[in-house]
Amino acid sequence: MTEARRDIVRDALAVGIATGAYGVSFGAIAAATGLSVLQACALSALVFTGASQFAFVGVVAAGGAPLAGTATALLLGSRNTLYGLRLTSLLSLRPGARVVGSHLVIDESTAMAVNRTDRDDARLGFFATGLAVFVLWNAATVAGALGGQALGDPRDLGLDAAVGAAFLALLWPRLETRTNRGIAVAAAVVAVGLVPFVPAGVPVLVAAGVAIAAGVAGRR
Amino acid sequence: MWTAILVAAAGCYLLKLAGLSVPESVLAHPVMSRVADLLPVAMLAALIGVQVFATGADITIDARVAGLLVAAAALLLRAPFLVVVALAALTAALLRMI
Repeated sequence: MTEARRDIVRDALAVGIATGAYGVSFGAIAAATGLSVLQACALSALVFTGASQFAFVGVVAAGGAPLAGTATALLLGSRNTLYGLRLTSLLSLRPGARVVGSHLVIDESTAMAVNRTDRDDARLGFFATGLAVFVLWNAATVAGALGGQALGDPRDLGLDAAVGAAFLALLWPRLETRTNRGIAVAAAVVAVGLVPFVPAGVPVLVAAGVAIAAGVAGRR
Repeated sequence: MWTAILVAAAGCYLLKLAGLSVPESVLAHPVMSRVADLLPVAMLAALIGVQVFATGADITIDARVAGLLVAAAALLLRAPFLVVVALAALTAALLRMI
């Protein structure tokens, strides 16, 4: 493996560790809400989208019907559809790889793919990150569901800041044009501004609307 | 409960597959390809905003912001990815110990 490829894999592992650690809190919260360990693991393995999973458990915890949790999870899952739009031509997966690879479309794997210009690098970034997060997220979910609070709070290790920093590092190469910098600032302001007023996950979707509006209105 | 979980699983997977299955010809249109390029920029930025400045339904300023500022400084200094992420974690963790 070339050095550049090794770097991609190493970064993928770093992202996997930081993100995977959150699986512990998901597992613990799911167990506290009354889900069985198997149910928590099913969510992490089959839904495999952090925001959707937390939203599902949040709805149930607040007393909502499980299917209402499903609806919220699906609403947030549309984010991954939008990611797919960008990944289609970049990854150019054959149908078989697409069927399997789709499952790994999440924030982190997308971010680790879209800042590559070479298709092979993009695929490596996508799959390495997707798999690293998948393995660690699921392992952490099991640990969290079984161990509850015993494993401690990811925040004590600053891991919540680490996830934000990882997103920034992944966004950074795309901030070279004034247009992109403007979009990024506008999207962040809109999203944060909406936080007190709309359910979890909606701010990010609205920010996607900012991108769509800019794409329609803009002229390169 | 299991029905809800399995329906959520199936639905979320199909949403992911749908995005990846949009044909190339649809993306050939300049507006579509511009939108597809800008989407991750906007969504990553929004994710950063929500990850760093939100706590539940409240906007908060806490150790995470310090971590983000340190990360930005490290990125300006062209530090490698791992260093950027580790410095942010370290900053937040240390601030919380005070």
